[in-house]
Amino acid sequence: MATLELRNVNKTYGAGLPDTLKDIELKIKDGEFLILVGPSGCGKSTLMNCIAGLENISAGSILIDDADVSGMSPKDRDIAMVFQSYALYPTMSVRENIEFGLKIRKMSAAAIDEEVTRVAKLLQIEHLLNRKPGQLSGGQQQRVAMGRALARRPKIYLFDEPLSNLDAKLRVEMRTEMKLMHQRLKTTTVYVTHDQIEAMTLGDKVAVMKDGIIQQFGTPKDIYNDPANLFVASFIGSPPMNFIPLRLQRKDGRLVALLDSGQARCELPLSMTDAGLEDREVILGLRPEQIVLAPSEGNGLPTIRAEVQVTEPTGPDTLVFVNLNQSKVCCRLAPDVAPQVGESLTLQFDPAKVLLFDAATGERLGVLARQQPAERLGNVTQINRN
Amino acid sequence: MSSVAALSKASPFDALQRWLPKLVLAPSMFIVLVGFYGYILWTFVLSFTTSTFLPSYKWAGLSQYVRLYESDRWWVASKNLMVFGGMFIAISLAIGVLLAVFLDQRIRREGFIRTIYLYPMALSMIVTGTAWKWLLNPGMGLDKMLRDWGWEGFRLDWLVDPDRVVYCLVIAAVWQSSGFIMAMFLAGLRGVDQSIIRAAQIDGASMPKIYWKVVLPSLRPVFFSSVMILAHIAIKSFDLVAAMTAGGPGYSSDLPAMFMYSFTFSRGQMGMGSASAILMLGAILAILVPYLYSELRTKRHD
Amino acid sequence: MTSRVDKPAVSLSRIAIHAVLILACLLYLVPLVVMLLTSFKTPEDISTGNLLSWPSVVTAIGWIKAWGTLDGYFWNSIKITVPAVVISTAIGALNGYVLSMWRFRGSQLFFGLLLFGCFLPFQTVLLPASFTLGKMGLASTTTGLVFVHVVYGLAFTTLFFRNYYVSIPDALVKAARLDGAGFFTIFGKIILPMSTPIIMVCLIWQFTQIWNDFLFGVVFSSGDSQPITVALNNLVNTSTGVKEYNVDMAAAMIAGLPTLLVYIVAGKYFVRGLTAGAVKG
Repeated sequence: MATLELRNVNKTYGAGLPDTLKDIELKIKDGEFLILVGPSGCGKSTLMNCIAGLENISAGSILIDDADVSGMSPKDRDIAMVFQSYALYPTMSVRENIEFGLKIRKMSAAAIDEEVTRVAKLLQIEHLLNRKPGQLSGGQQQRVAMGRALARRPKIYLFDEPLSNLDAKLRVEMRTEMKLMHQRLKTTTVYVTHDQIEAMTLGDKVAVMKDGIIQQFGTPKDIYNDPANLFVASFIGSPPMNFIPLRLQRKDGRLVALLDSGQARCELPLSMTDAGLEDREVILGLRPEQIVLAPSEGNGLPTIRAEVQVTEPTGPDTLVFVNLNQSKVCCRLAPDVAPQVGESLTLQFDPAKVLLFDAATGERLGVLARQQPAERLGNVTQINRN
Repeated sequence: MSSVAALSKASPFDALQRWLPKLVLAPSMFIVLVGFYGYILWTFVLSFTTSTFLPSYKWAGLSQYVRLYESDRWWVASKNLMVFGGMFIAISLAIGVLLAVFLDQRIRREGFIRTIYLYPMALSMIVTGTAWKWLLNPGMGLDKMLRDWGWEGFRLDWLVDPDRVVYCLVIAAVWQSSGFIMAMFLAGLRGVDQSIIRAAQIDGASMPKIYWKVVLPSLRPVFFSSVMILAHIAIKSFDLVAAMTAGGPGYSSDLPAMFMYSFTFSRGQMGMGSASAILMLGAILAILVPYLYSELRTKRHD
Repeated sequence: MTSRVDKPAVSLSRIAIHAVLILACLLYLVPLVVMLLTSFKTPEDISTGNLLSWPSVVTAIGWIKAWGTLDGYFWNSIKITVPAVVISTAIGALNGYVLSMWRFRGSQLFFGLLLFGCFLPFQTVLLPASFTLGKMGLASTTTGLVFVHVVYGLAFTTLFFRNYYVSIPDALVKAARLDGAGFFTIFGKIILPMSTPIIMVCLIWQFTQIWNDFLFGVVFSSGDSQPITVALNNLVNTSTGVKEYNVDMAAAMIAGLPTLLVYIVAGKYFVRGLTAGAVKG
């Protein structure tokens, strides 16, 4: 197992062409599970190919266990990769597929046999060893591909969207299995996906990418609760974060956001005190689960009455859509709440959880307010700050 | 510190691997550059010299081309190419398309029938030419057979008729190549989207009309490919002429390819022969370049 | 392509279609039948009968005489065709492999040049090629012909393999590189075992082209090194003596049988070769 560090990695395909990868900085510890996530074309697969050595970088360095491997060929980097299409050698049996890399490294026949047995047992593919890839199901092929990687006992494992070709049910099962395996084997892993659920559930660290740039690098919790910009906030989380464009105002010395549901209005006091924020075009971000039904006895948090536009009962929740400031806003309510379309609900927000983004650049504004309980002062909420 | 400089840490094995693809391709690249383009250039140069039995590099300007222009035989050969090429392409296309359309109607033993249509392609043009020379033999071939069968007074002496001998070439060439056109169109027909046919049927069109107005127009790319390939075969036709008529009677069935061979290798007129080869190249380019241009244009539109 | 699912009913149009198809079959077969019949006749039978008349005496004398003349040339063709087919296929496979999986700057340009080269009329290279062969001491030898056929077959064989390999996903090559395999290991252990269909197509296509060639044969060889096509033409077109059509036809059959047999046995690969090359055209 090994550490992985990327310092200032850049890649272009030619002079005059836009950068495919720009100023990539990443660092993961031994045994950590790093996820590279982003929309198609964001550069995550290119970055993975660069880590593997299948493509060259134009500038910067890649270090494995503090050794610079940037100029080394793939086979010297001691990396194994599992591909989205599995890439099993079609004319060889499963056993031969797993043995292939080991034979090239000139391992003894006995050692090879041992590895194949170990891996086959781990992945429960012992009964498939003599079959050819063409005779296997998608899930079986995926296991064989993993077995091929595991047998090599490399320093780093790379996974390129390994679950994308599986059907939804199998995908969820395999996701859990991968997490279990990682817990057992403690392998340093880099995993590429476009599925943000996989990113949240599997990773120790997540790097969200767009247009070749890392938008944010941190733990899943950080990415979720403390997104660095509009893109990260919108990409992670399902249903996605609600965005309400508005202009901040200053009232009684503090910044407030005015919300208007068409039926009622509400003032949302914000804890940021940055000068110059008032009268600025901003985007207010609020996750669906942060909008709840106001409890019957008030607790001092701002509320608003709004008319239900659409309801979507999903089973575990009921998603209710209302209009705020003429934007469609999704609220995640308990499943037993079953409002009718047209009904008016009283919803409640916690201003401490509200995020602000600059409307022009998408950058996060201000600082996430500390999660202090609000002091009740009638309708105006005061947040204690340390 | 850019570590791309760390490439020097790469092992010699890696360096070899990086060069291997280029090394492997290099001999072929050399061959192509020299054997194809280099030689064409050489021939081009020769066409401007006074070469006769042996190459000479004395500049002759355009005189070889002028001699071609003034050569009655060259004109006959060129005219023959037009007639032969035009008829060959048109008739092969017509027969090929017709057979393909018919075979597309889910015929039993389609594979067997296809095999029969295509087998002439497996034969050398010399064999084809020899066979048809015998079949078209004036007095002992088809005409005798038909007379024996009752058609009195039937005569078929095209092979020795200077005005008609080209048709003999056409017959033999069509026999050889129309199966190929059939195969191409059959493959094309098999790739046609079923839903278009069904839509036309619901609109009330009959099958022949559907084929004529809907299906065949959608096979335009196959038409173009076929014409390209047939034109290419026509321009290069040498074996067939050599076997069937050797350019005769006289030189009435001569074709440019035959002309080139005869003047270059038999008559010791390398300069003129080279000029004729360059003109043949020009003819091919005249067809190829517009075709490629239109292909690239449509690709850009996609 | 007909959209009716059930078996088409017997109708007038279907009978007409079948009639046309069968007639076409007969027309395509007639020359072959005539060649066979004539080859087994005596010259007397030929002059008294007609093309399709049955021989009064079935004799193999035409064949024996034809073989007598063509014997050595038949083996020349073998000596030329077999090595040329194998070598041009091998080089084409390696080239196709590089062009599809190890692209580098200039490789696409080279492919374009190669593609263009498929169209060139050989007349434009005959003279320089014969000079070169002369300088190499290979004029009028079967080796010289092998050389020429390899050089001018490269364009097609490379095309075949490159088009076939392009459809192999490059994740396969990436996986092999990560496993530590190098250029030749990947080719030998992974790509080549997958190449059986295209190898067949290439071998059969090249065999047919090279065996049937006449132009290169007549230009680059003479006398003892001539392939069978040239010998056939010489035999059939000699103007001296009485024409023995039975011998001529038998000779044509001998020259044509190898490729015809290959076609009958492995016809589907032949068709694939035609349409594969043609689709690019």
